Order: sequence, then C-alpha cells, then structure tokens
Amino acid sequence: MTVGLFIPCYIDQFYPNAAIATLKLLQKLGVKVSYPLQQTCCGQPMANSGFEHLTTGCNELFIDNFAAFDYIVSPSGSCVLHIKDHLHSDGQAEKASCIRKKVYELTEFLTDILKVEKLTARFPHKVGMHQSCHGQRGLMMSQMTELVAPPFSKPRQLLNMVKDLELVELSRPDECCGFGGTFCVAEEAVSVKMGKDRVADHLHHGAQYITAADMSCLMHMEGLLRRQNSQVKVLHIAEILNAEEV
Amino acid sequence: MSSRAQILARVKENQPTLTNLPADLTGMVQYPDPVAMFGSVLDGIGGMMYRVKDYEELISLVKTQFAGLERIISTIPELEELTEKDWQDLPPHSYEDVDVAIIKAHFGVAENAALWVTESLMGQRVIPFICQQLVIVVHKKDILSNMQEAYQQISNAHYGFGTFIAGPSKTADIEQSLVLGAHGPKNMTVFVLA
Amino acid sequence: MIKGNKDHAALADIFNQDEARVDWHDETLWFVRAKRDKAANTLSEWEALRENAAQIKDNVLSNLHDYLSEFESNAQKNGLIVHWAADAAAHNQIVLSILKAKEISKMVKSKSMLTEECHLNEYLHQNGVEVIDTDLGERIVQLAEEPPSHIVLPCIHKKKEEIGELFHEHLGTPKGASDPKLLTAAARIHLREKFLTRRAAITGVNFAIAETGEFVVCTNEGNADMGAHLSEVHIACMGIEKIIPKRANLSVFLRLLARSATGQPITTYSSHFRTPRKGQEMHLILVDNGRTQQLGRADFRNSLKCIRCGACMNTCPVYRRSGGHSYHTAIAGPIGAILAPNLNMKQYADLPFASTLCGSCTNVCPVKINIHEQLYKWRQVIVKEGYADPKKTMAMKAMEFTLSHPSVYRNAGKTGRWLMKNMPFLVNNKLNAWYTQRDMPAVPQQSFSEWYKKNNNE
Repeated sequence: MTVGLFIPCYIDQFYPNAAIATLKLLQKLGVKVSYPLQQTCCGQPMANSGFEHLTTGCNELFIDNFAAFDYIVSPSGSCVLHIKDHLHSDGQAEKASCIRKKVYELTEFLTDILKVEKLTARFPHKVGMHQSCHGQRGLMMSQMTELVAPPFSKPRQLLNMVKDLELVELSRPDECCGFGGTFCVAEEAVSVKMGKDRVADHLHHGAQYITAADMSCLMHMEGLLRRQNSQVKVLHIAEILNAEEV
Repeated sequence: MSSRAQILARVKENQPTLTNLPADLTGMVQYPDPVAMFGSVLDGIGGMMYRVKDYEELISLVKTQFAGLERIISTIPELEELTEKDWQDLPPHSYEDVDVAIIKAHFGVAENAALWVTESLMGQRVIPFICQQLVIVVHKKDILSNMQEAYQQISNAHYGFGTFIAGPSKTADIEQSLVLGAHGPKNMTVFVLA
Repeated sequence: MIKGNKDHAALADIFNQDEARVDWHDETLWFVRAKRDKAANTLSEWEALRENAAQIKDNVLSNLHDYLSEFESNAQKNGLIVHWAADAAAHNQIVLSILKAKEISKMVKSKSMLTEECHLNEYLHQNGVEVIDTDLGERIVQLAEEPPSHIVLPCIHKKKEEIGELFHEHLGTPKGASDPKLLTAAARIHLREKFLTRRAAITGVNFAIAETGEFVVCTNEGNADMGAHLSEVHIACMGIEKIIPKRANLSVFLRLLARSATGQPITTYSSHFRTPRKGQEMHLILVDNGRTQQLGRADFRNSLKCIRCGACMNTCPVYRRSGGHSYHTAIAGPIGAILAPNLNMKQYADLPFASTLCGSCTNVCPVKINIHEQLYKWRQVIVKEGYADPKKTMAMKAMEFTLSHPSVYRNAGKTGRWLMKNMPFLVNNKLNAWYTQRDMPAVPQQSFSEWYKKNNNE
C-alpha cells in the first residue's frame, strides 16, 4: 500500500508539528508514506469564497501529485472534504474521480482502512475534542446531534486508545467554532463570538488541551486563547495519537 | 396572458422531470397503552385527561369542576341538563362569553394528544376557539397511536372545516416562556369514556 | 429594509456590540433547538419521516403544474374564490380590491411569511387599510415598528422588559410590568376586541391539498381560527409551492412541522379549511413572486420544499449570534439566505456568505433541503454574475496564480510570509480583521516541507 501525504498549505507553513506527527504515526503503523513536494493547496479557500472556477490550476496540480497513490491521507477533514466534493478536471476526469474515492482524513483512515485497535500513545491530560464540521457532517467522522441515529465517533474511538487521556464532555458537542475560511475575517464579529463560546465550553469543562482533526479550527481557537492569555493549548489530534510514552 | 396562465406556463416550463410519490410509511410508532400515552402527552402540553366510565360520572365531574360558571354550551345530547339550550344558531361573535364548551371528538392521537374535531361536532366553527375553557369527550377505543392511523381514519371524509386540537391555546412568544390562553381556551380537559 | 444599506457582516457587528445580549439570544434559540432534538428523538422513525417528506416534496415540484390546476378546480368546487398573483404587487392589489369591494378598512391578520415577503402591511396602510397582526409575537414587533426577526418566533430578539415598555405605552399595562403571563393576558384582551370587530381576516397557508382543495393553517394561539371564523371575508394567501398531493400526506408533515419548529408534538391547532362558513366569503391567493424562477434553477429549486419551521435558524450558530434582522430580508437565517438571492441577487449577495457552511441546517431540515450546499453554490453564482467585491476578485486571482505554481509558492518568501499576506482568512480588505480579537499563529522555524527535505525518512 502506498500512501500520499497531503498536507494543507497552512499546516505546512504554520503547524509543521501536526504534519510531522501525522507522518510518524502512519509510519509507526507500518504504512509507506510519501510526501509529494510539489503540492500547494486543495483550492478550498478560493472555492468557498465563490471562486471555484479559479481552482483549475490547483485541481490539475493535485491530480499530478497524488493520482499514483493507493490512498491519499491528510490531517484535515475540511481539505479532504473539498477534494471529495469538488475535485474535477476536464482533461483527467477519471483520475479526479478516482482520487475523490481514495482520499481520506487521517482518523478515518486509521479506523476504517488500517482498522487500528491499539496505539502506544500516552497523554496524561484532560482533553476537549472539537468536532470540526466538515469532517463530522461532511465526511461523517462522527454522529451528528441533529440526527436520530446511533452515536459513534472515529476520532474519539482513537483518543480512547491513548493511555491516561481524559476526554471532557461538552455542553454543545458539535457546534461550529466559527472559523469558516474567509468567514473568519469577512464576518469577524460573529466568527470571534462563535470561537469564544466554543473555547468557553472547553474551559468550563476543565480541558487542558483542545484537539481536533482540523487545524484550521484550532488555529482560530488558539488565536482567541492566546489573546485571553489562557494556559490551555491546542494540539492536532495526530500529535496526541503520536504522543510518546513519557 | 392572465396571471394564472402565465404562472402555470412558467411552472410547466421550469418544473423538473416527474418523480414518483414515495410508498406509504409503515411500522410507525405504536403504544402498548395509547390512552396512557395520550394522557401523558396532554399533560405535557398543558391539558388534563380524566378517564370516566359513563356520562353520569362525566356529568358529576363537570358539575364540580366548572361549578359557578354561567355559560356552558355543548353539542352532546347527553349533557343537556348542564348546558344552555338552543344556542347553535346565534352569530359567532355572541359566543364570546362562553365559559365552557363541551364537544366530542371523532378520535384522539396518542403521539401528540391531538383530537380530531369537524364542524358537525362543534355546533359552530368558532366554538372550540372562542370559549374560555374547552372540554372534549372521546371514546377510549378511539385513541389511536399515530398520525398515519389518524389520516387513515379521516380518509376521504367530507367536512367544511375540521381541526386537530392539542391542548389549550398557548404562546411562548415572550422570551420562550410558555403561557396558556393566548387567544383561545385557557385550559383544556379531555374526558376519555370507557 | 429599515437598516439602510448595511450588509450582514456590518449588521452582525452592531448586534455583537452587546455581548451579554448575544449570549441571551444564543441561549434562547439553543433552548429551542434542544427541545427540537428531544421531540425528534421520541420517534424512532424520525429520519424515515424526513426522507418521506423530502420525496413527497420532490414529487410536488416535479408535478406542480398539474397539482395547482387540480387544487384550483377542487377549491372552486368547494366554494372558494381563487386568485393568481405573479408578484408581490399583484398579490397586494388583489387583497386591497377584495377589501374595497366589501368597503372594509380594518382587518386582522394571522401569521403569514408570504405577506411579510410582499410587504402587504405597508401597502395596505398606504391605501388607508388598518391591519392588526394577531400573532402575539407579530403584534409585538408591529407595535415596535420592526419586521419579525424569526419566521416562527417573530420577537425572539426582544426582552420581556422591552415588551413591557411597549405594552405600557400602547396597551396601558402598568409601568415596569414584564411578566409574560401578565403581558399575554393584556394582549388577549386587546386582540379579542379586534377579532370581534373586524370583518375581514387574512391567514397564511401551511399546506394546500390538491386532491381535496382544502388548505391547512397551523397555529398555537388559535389566532388564525379566531380571525377566520369571526370574519365575513377570509383571505388565505399562499406561495404556489405549498401544495401537497393528498390529504394523507399531512400525516407526515404534521408530525415533522411542530417538532422541528418548537419541539411540540404538534401545534395546538391544525385547521383544515375546505368550504367557507355559511354566509362567509373565502378567497385564496396563489402567489408566484419568484417561485417559478427558483423552480427553474436546478441547483436551488429544492429550497421551495421549505415548510417554514425555522429549525435551520434555531440551529444556525451564525443566526443565533447575529439576530434575524442582520439578514435584512423577510425570511432570515440559512433558508432565507438561499431564497433571497433568487429575488434580488445584488441586494442579497452578502447572505450566502453569512455562513461557515457547518451543515447543521441541512441536518435539522425536516424536508432535507441541502441548505449548506446551496449556500456554497450561490457563492459561485454570485461571483460569476459579478456581485463580488473587485478587491476580493483580484486577491483570489493572485492566490490562484501562486497556488497553481509550486515553485512560485515555495519561493514566495520566508515560511509563512506568503500565507500570512495572501490567505483569505488572514488577509482581507479590513486588513487585520483576524488580529483585532485573535493572535496570529506563530511562524515556526521551518515549514513541514523544509523539515521533510532535511529528514526525508522514506
């Protein structure tokens, strides 16, 4: 099995540790991973702003970089959802459709493809799990509170395998944090208020760390936490699942 | 072109390819004791249910519960001794001071405590809405489990006006705080006849 | 609208200047969402009901022409007078002409979002007709001279103390009184007098049944019935999409509507009007006002399935924190944001962007409208039609160029610098909208790509 590692641009540039943890975790689980160096961005920032017609270059590039792999794995539910829903190409239609089927967010790849049942990680802290919307409602990584259906959560399933980790319950387990791409600046007031409320829910329940399968939500919440001089930290879920035994 | 023709033409031009109606749903919720469920749902929406064995018991309950009230009207012949006579043909506005209206329902529905009442059971359409307190009588055997059964029961019945009534008139428009008696009845009593 | 030319973001910004009030608004609506969840969970068949309702509505849209004709002919057989209105102006004129023929200059109206959409009250007022809204929430916003901020809970943005003030001024309640029971009792007396003295009543329509020609109106207060059954003239106004094929279909919709809206198992009254009362005149107005155009938009037509429950508003984290008036249109929230651009793309170009595309709206929708997907699609249409900010367009083009060329991207500067300058969520025409209330992410020593090249552990 060959896996192409797709690292969203802002993770590459701002959160290399999340990417390194993703790579190491996959390697630890015996997966052969390559990181195509010519990758840039999935095109979502443009598409969600209404400029999907400007994503042709990104789409072609993505196909060139990733078509050859058996699977494509990424530590971002949102970028994966964008590829799954919107990757298209007039010249390479078949490759595009093939990629849409074999692109996975990290945690769903671990639970559904690798069928991971145990991890060696230890993380002796109280952790709040933020359900990023695109991963949850788009990729269905966990059950949604709106639906009358049995609960499940792929990220939680994995976090439960981490030694000494205590998950805190939240009052609103799957409310959006308000990042929303361009929304976070175009609708600054509401975005910030949503983020503050989300952070407050985690703090209220005693979280020392907030984690998620999407770094963008965490970046937003981190910005608010830092401004509040909070000691609470954000960590991508890959960093917790890959946390070394101390 | 008339508005009608214009709208219909545009609809025809723009409507998508015909899709079929879905099959009727089956396996809808059933309650082992529909009357108990009905009573508990009714309680939750601000009404009260009493089980009575016959009209005699019903009459005595009405007498105690609504003692001292002046204007009680009913469309139920068995309750004649309690109620105003020859009231049915007055102008609708004249019922504004009715204290209690007692009417029958065709059936009730356990899942939502709604009772189906048509014009023929109301005397006049406005009665169940304009009265200060509403009493509805329904037979135990006529408490169904769910709305699918309700519409099977209604089937293609002819009525000029019919309504499901579930509890007293209410509003929560002020800060989501529930208040009974918005415009219509301030309370609702359901007698379930054995 | 009353707010001038401000867009959603600007109006939301104003709303957010009082954070305690935003918290209160958010909690109040979240409470309604929680009641909805509880009600939905009482039925194990909930998801099957939603699917069934969605399919019935698909069938309705695909056969609307025939259903409308069938409905009209049955309604006429039942003794109704049926009118057709191509747009809001035609609808308003029809209402006025009915009233004029009867020499009626005062009337009552129960809740009808269609009449809000058509701005009927203003029109009638200009033509010398007094309209009293009889839904308590609508009466409150009418006294406050504001539009409703929510389709089911029209005055959800108002605190009881403010309502107390209004009632003190208009209905003579004691100064400082704000108990909802007391205020509701005062409104009951005030509105009873209107019901008893007005000769005409307008109601909306929740469902109209093709096979029988009857229509159904759902209320909790009983105000539609009080108005209709006491009036000489009952005028029911409906959008053409309100048709359902069969009476039995109501068994699905009535199970979904109130549970989705307020968490009640059913509204207090679900009234089926089939024939006029003896001596009464009953009119029904079928209104297009952009609906046939929306029907022709393949990506957006299923917004016409909406049964106006308001669940998408209650669950929307943006709506809860920006208030209904920030949408500057009659129907606020996620559903309003996909309906409004059809009516006026320029005026409502901001609304599809007033969302994080979190998708909660789609999940609560009882007729399974893919609301968040349509928001995404409207964004594409709005940009293509040229309603995007030119500065944004330039920024997007620059970004497209860099992201399509890996070498340019890699060489665009020190780690993080390019992104910091160019990512739409970090840069904007407001320059540092991120930084106003949030710290910037720290720029690390090296990017992942740089690390990977050094530690290539393949």
